[in-house]
Formats: sequence, structure tokens, C-alpha cells
Amino acid sequence: MINTAGRVIPDTITGIAKVKPYAGPFAFVPEGRLVGPKIRASKPKSEKLLKSIEQAIDASGLQDGMTISFHHHFRNGDYVLNLVVEAIARKGIKGLTLAPSSLNDINDKIIPFIEQGVIRAIETSGGRGKLGKLMTSGKLDKPVIIRSHGGRARAIECGDLHIDVAFLGAPCCDTYGNINGINGKSACGSMGYAMVDAAYADKVIALTDNLVAHPLHTISIPQTHVDFIVELESIGDPKGIASGALRISRDPRELLIAEYATGVIEYSGYFKDGYSLQLGSGGASLAAAKFIKEKMLAQKITASFGVGGVTAPFVEMLDQGLINTLFDTQDFDIPSIESIKNNPRHQEMSASFYANPHNGGAIVNNLDVVILSATEVDVNFNVNVITDSNGTIMGASGGHCDTAAGAKLAIVVAPLLRGRLPMVLDRVNTIVTPGETVDVIVTERGVAINPLRKDLIANLSGAGLPLMSIEDLKQIAYDLAGAPDPIPVSDEVVGVVEYRDGTIIDVIRKPL
Amino acid sequence: MRKIFQPGQAGTLESNDIIVTIAPGEAGSGIVIELTSPVIKQYGRRIKEVIAETLTGLGITEALVQANDKGALDCAIRARVQTAAARALQEGGN
Amino acid sequence: MEKLRRSMMFVPGNNPGKLQSAGVYGTDSVIFDLEDAVAITEKDAARHLVYNAIKSINYPCEVAVRINHIQTPFGRDDLLAVLPAKPDLIRLPKAESAEEIRIVDDIISQVEQDCGFASGTIKMGAAIETAIGLRQAYEIATASNRMTFLAIGGEDFIADLKTTRSKNGRELFVPRSELLLAARAAGIQAIDTVFSDVNDEEGFIEEVMMIKGLGFDGKSVINPRQAGLVHKVFQPTEKEIAQAKRILAAYEEALAKKSGVIALDGKMIDGPIVTRAERVLAYAAALKR
Repeated sequence: MINTAGRVIPDTITGIAKVKPYAGPFAFVPEGRLVGPKIRASKPKSEKLLKSIEQAIDASGLQDGMTISFHHHFRNGDYVLNLVVEAIARKGIKGLTLAPSSLNDINDKIIPFIEQGVIRAIETSGGRGKLGKLMTSGKLDKPVIIRSHGGRARAIECGDLHIDVAFLGAPCCDTYGNINGINGKSACGSMGYAMVDAAYADKVIALTDNLVAHPLHTISIPQTHVDFIVELESIGDPKGIASGALRISRDPRELLIAEYATGVIEYSGYFKDGYSLQLGSGGASLAAAKFIKEKMLAQKITASFGVGGVTAPFVEMLDQGLINTLFDTQDFDIPSIESIKNNPRHQEMSASFYANPHNGGAIVNNLDVVILSATEVDVNFNVNVITDSNGTIMGASGGHCDTAAGAKLAIVVAPLLRGRLPMVLDRVNTIVTPGETVDVIVTERGVAINPLRKDLIANLSGAGLPLMSIEDLKQIAYDLAGAPDPIPVSDEVVGVVEYRDGTIIDVIRKPL
Repeated sequence: MRKIFQPGQAGTLESNDIIVTIAPGEAGSGIVIELTSPVIKQYGRRIKEVIAETLTGLGITEALVQANDKGALDCAIRARVQTAAARALQEGGN
Repeated sequence: MEKLRRSMMFVPGNNPGKLQSAGVYGTDSVIFDLEDAVAITEKDAARHLVYNAIKSINYPCEVAVRINHIQTPFGRDDLLAVLPAKPDLIRLPKAESAEEIRIVDDIISQVEQDCGFASGTIKMGAAIETAIGLRQAYEIATASNRMTFLAIGGEDFIADLKTTRSKNGRELFVPRSELLLAARAAGIQAIDTVFSDVNDEEGFIEEVMMIKGLGFDGKSVINPRQAGLVHKVFQPTEKEIAQAKRILAAYEEALAKKSGVIALDGKMIDGPIVTRAERVLAYAAALKR
């Protein structure tokens, strides 16, 4: 079948009960009810603290073929996922589905265990490095399922993704299982992704290197969701968890992109007192934060809220009163962690509050402006953030399609060429975010507005931006670099890209 | 027709550049190009085409070329081939 | 209205990545450098890179090439290699005599003829970098019809004076003024020197304001950030723009009425004042990239 994004989707796919093709960002109407974990019984004075990961695996009742989950709040400083998978392997348990909120380079270490059959399926937001290549190789039992942050929350809450055991790294955990992310040597700030797993998994194991006396008084994940606790020497590398404040880019190309993106926001019609915004964590986004701040100061504009992925420049704006409140699903650096710890206007939120399309209204629905990155875009404004120009998984769906769907103005920034490769193409390798939800594409050589947005075309015409059609932008790239030869792919489907509503927007086929 | 008797090299490993080494070719085998490139799937064919065209345009029809590409555009490839060839032929050199 | 040269950005001729993206930043001119930026062992390579870049890539701004001095082993080969690509302008370093200008002019004329370019399309500019050169500045400026600007090469000049750079730039005060006078007497533009401390943004802006006040038409820069700052300094204020518009309106009106003397607010408006008003409006229009 061909979905409305123009992509060919097989009628049947291993591991997908019913293939629902994408039909538009808000076309699918869900039915039924939310699911929940198995009912637990707990007695007073019960002891949750166990002596080792192995003991916790036993206590959880983990068996062959089950699904396990982790959060990725520690990014490349995470020890938990690798340690747990290794321990599971030593116990001889096999055939598991791994469903972490995302995967990073540090997780390359579990490749041997995948090859040995400990893990035979993966459902996540993305993959990098060697693990990403493995995910594209078709060596798993079924295609990898790629979901956005909002889509993963949706899937967990409605039962599409059933988690048997969630292993959650806990920077601060008291002896009865109350958890927060703001205290301890492995502090990571918001625990937004973990909060959903904790509420819906049948069994929840907290792994901590900072066990404190009961009770905690700032609680992100309550004791009612936690079955067992394991204390470890170290659950992560602080340097990998949070960087010092990231420096604003000095790359003239990124600065130019940021300048143009800021210009788009300024003249869009949305830049007024009380507006809301979300910025990415890439170089151009951080630079844009600086430029937007200057404009807000000059024009006396305050944002009613900001959403992130939070970094220091965003926190600075909060501190200076330029943003009233921040809704935070993930913190990237030390200033952000300090802020969520100390500033009541800096609020933690779950992945479901952030971006789930099937609840009473996620915060992305209220968002005015979002700046997003891309690995590729095409002349229909479709965006790829998951595969590179060779069709290999190396990125993540993240909150991309969620924020693009929710925000009134979705801006995608990218250099026109990366090395020799055009970033604006006739056709992206993989669609993650459909063009109908993408409003403006900003490169250092030109800015293209989606023809569907006549209002933006009118508002931006006097803004001094290098406006052009997306075809012209593509042509500039092709004139410079030459038209790329298409990469050969096989028919074998190795990955399924779910849109946030559970429909299938594209598949990843194995590159030859 | 101009014959190469010794190797000539030009280019750097910087991004958007290409190192081209032109050496004498085996008699009768024409222009043989060994290419490594991060974009070999998308542009490998085109890179070899540009190298061969540039050499032929200079009157060189037999050569062994090693090319280590870092994402060079056609104009940079042409330039590096011209310089490597000139150095191999030792004319108009530095 | 003459070509704006507020910012002339140097781009090393031996760097393909920088050559291909040079036109993106909205500078008035780019100068592809075959001289100081390029090691002696790479002079041949830089020529080929610059030639091919100019031929293949569509630059939205003026494309200049700084060749090696005509008296070095490289200068002539530089010209013969890049001229067929039809750059807009050739910039000469360390100019010290009118004779050098004439020699280069002749070579350009020959190539224009051989390649079928309209005669005189390729312009020239010369950098004065020594005391001797400064003494000959007017002769250099008038040695060829192609001559479009004189530039001052600050670093080398200061070395020639046997002193060092200071914060307030007093050591270059007289050279700058003399260069400007020579350029104006010859009816061509004056371009100020490169400011190499990329981290000293405050010092850079101060220098740009000072040379704009002296009357310079622009400045050589070494990165896009500096170019942006130059454009900001050269941007007229709202008041200046409004006044320029009034002056031009009065001028147009007087022309239409064929009145002899043109006046505005009790002051006479003559040629130079009108030209300056046109310049103000050109700067104003240019800042919107």
C-alpha cells in the first residue's frame, strides 16, 4: 500500500499485528482504553533493596521473550543499560525485546549480546554508531520499530508496547523507591522519559548510586511504582551525563543559519508577548537562542513558556525573566540540572505530557514556535532525522514529528550541503516528519516556506531573508554538488518508522 | 598525448578536498582510478568521471590514479587533478 | 552609483571548502588569496583551485584575486592562470610604482583580447604596504584606467615603519590619511587594512568607526563575522536616511524646475552633497542581504 506521504508500505510486516498506513497528522482516531501494569500487593515493612542486579533480575520474574525498557537520560554517560543486559546474558535469558527510550554510542557494547540472541528485537527512538548499523542490517528477528517520544508514550499507555520489566537508573533513590533525577553524582535533571515506563511496566527496578534514607521530599517517580532497588557503585559517568555549559557556535555557517531562523520567527506573526518556543540542542539552535534573546529584550517580549530538551541558554532566558516557565523532559548540561533543582518555574514533565497525541492534550499542542534539525529534507518538506544519506540508522526520531505537528510554526534548520551531500533532495531516504507539518526550511543559502502556508509567505516577504522555492533551493544544492546517484536498497524491511499516532509513515529497507 | 613517468600528488585531507596521486599507468590499460570516498555511493561514479575527463583534457590517456576524497566538489577535483598532473609532468610546478 | 566595497573578505586560495562557501555571507567582495595565505610549495595548487572555483561557482558578489607581486616568480603565472576564468578584479600586493601597475595592466589587456572579453572589464586594486609605495600612491592610483581602489596593508606597513601596532592606531594615522588623499585625488576608493585579532570585537568596531570617519570606503576583513560588523557600522541612522531622502528630493525638484541654485534648509546643495546622499541610501539598501 502507499500511504498519504507517498511511501510504499508492505501490507504485512513481521512484528506488526495490523499495519496501519499513515493518513495525515491527525487522521487516525484511537479507540479503546489505556492499559495498566499487573496489580501489585505490597506489605508493610517489606524490603525492596536487593543485593545485586542478578538478584533483581530473579525477583522481577524476567523470562525468555519478555520486553525490557530503560531511559536514556544519561546519554553517553549511561552504565545501566549495558550492565543489565550483560547480567541478563549471564543468566542465560534469551529472545528479549529491548525497548529503551533511545540508544547511544555507548550502547555498542551490547552488540555481542544481540548476536548471541539475548536480545532479538528493538523498539526505540533511534540508534547510533555500530549499533545503528546493526539495526539496519536485518539481523534481528523482526524489523526495528522507531517511535517518537510522544509515540512511545502513546504506545506504552495503550498497550502497543507492553513493558515487562523497566530498569531505571535513579540518580537519587530512597530506601522505599522514591526517585528523583536532581540529586547525586549522576544527577541528570528531569526524568521525563522514565516516568512513563515507571507508571506502566509490570515490574520496575531502580538502580542507584545514591541511596538515601526514606523519604525523599522531591519525588519524580513515586515509591508506588517501584518494586525493587539495587545499589551500585556508579550508574553513570557524570561527564557523559551532563556537559558543562555548551559554548555558542563560532562556525559562520551555523551563525548565518541561526540568524535567518531568528528572522523567520521575528517576522512570522507569532513573535509577540506571551508566545512559546522550543529549541533544539544543535549548534544552530543554541546560536538562535542568543539571537532570539536579543530580539526579545529589544522588543520587550516575554515567552509564556519554553519546552525542551533544556540547555543553558534556555535557562538563562528563564533566569532573566524572558521566559515565564520551562517544561522540561530532558536536561543536557549542568546549568540546566541546577535550574530544575532550584527554580520552581522550571518544571519537570513526562514524555506523555510533552508529546503524546492520544491524551487530553500534550504541551506540544500549545507550542507556537519550534526549531528542529534534520539529516535530510525533500522538496515536499518531508524530514529525515533517523537515517543518513546511505540509509543507515544513525539518528533518532525524538520529539521531531511531535513538535512539528503541534507547533504553529515548525522551522527546520540544516546546512545546504553536508560535505558534498545535498541536504535538500528530491526524496529523503526515510520520512520521519511529514512535510504537511513542516513550515519553513532554513539553510545558509536560502529559506523555503511551505506553499501551504500562505500566511507565512505574506508575513516573511519583507523580512530581508533569502526566500526561494524549495525546488530552487534544491537546485542550488544540486548545481554545487551534482545530483547524487540513488543508493541501492533491497526489498528487505529492517525498520518501521511509526508516526506519533501509531500509523506507519515509512519503512527502512536494507541498503545493498 | 602526454606520458607520465613519475608520480605527482596534490590535495589535503581537509573536508571538501581530495588527495589525487597520479602515477604512470600500465601500458594499454588507460586511466585506472582507485577511489575512497565517504560519498562513494552517491558520487563515486561522478568523481571518477571528472578525474578521467580532466586527465583526457590534458592529453593524458594512461595513468594509475589514487584518489582519497573527503567530499570535494567537481571544481576542486578538477583543480587537484590539474595540479597533480602538472607536478607529475613537472611543468609550471611550484 | 559606484560599487560598494564596505567589506572585502580574504579567502585562502588553497582551501576548497572556504572557496566554495565564500559567497554565502553577503560580503561586498571576496578576495581569493594566492599570496600570503598560500605556502610557496602550494602556489601552483592554489592557482588551479581559484581558477576552477571562479569558473564553476556562481558568486553573488565581486570576485577579486590577490596575486603575488609581479616581481616574484609567481605573479605572472598567477595572472595567466586565473584571468581566463574572468575574475572581476585583480588585487596587487605591496605596490611601489606606477610601472608595476602598467605591467599587470598589459597582461590583463592581452588576456582579455585572447579570451574575447570586453576590453577593460577586469579591474585592478593595489595595496600600499611600504613608505616608498605611499610616496607613489597617486601615481599608482592613476597608472591605469582599471584602477578602482587603493588599500593599505597595515601589518606590513607598520613593519616598514619599524614600529608596532598600538590600541589607538596612531602609527597609521598619517599613512591612512595620505592614502585616502591619493585615492580621492585619483577619483578612486580607499580600503582600510585587515584587523587580525579576531577575538577583539570591541577594538575592531572602534577601528571601523574611526576609518569610516576618516572617509574610507571600506575595510579588508578575514572572516564573515568581521564583515557583518563592518556593515553594521556603515549602516546609516534613520535620521541620516531621512535627511538623504530630503536632499535627493530637493535635488530632483530643482532639476525639474530647472532652477539654478538648489537649497535645502538654507544650505546649498551641490554635486558632492548629492553624491553623499546617494551613498547613504546605497548603504541603507545594502544592509538587507
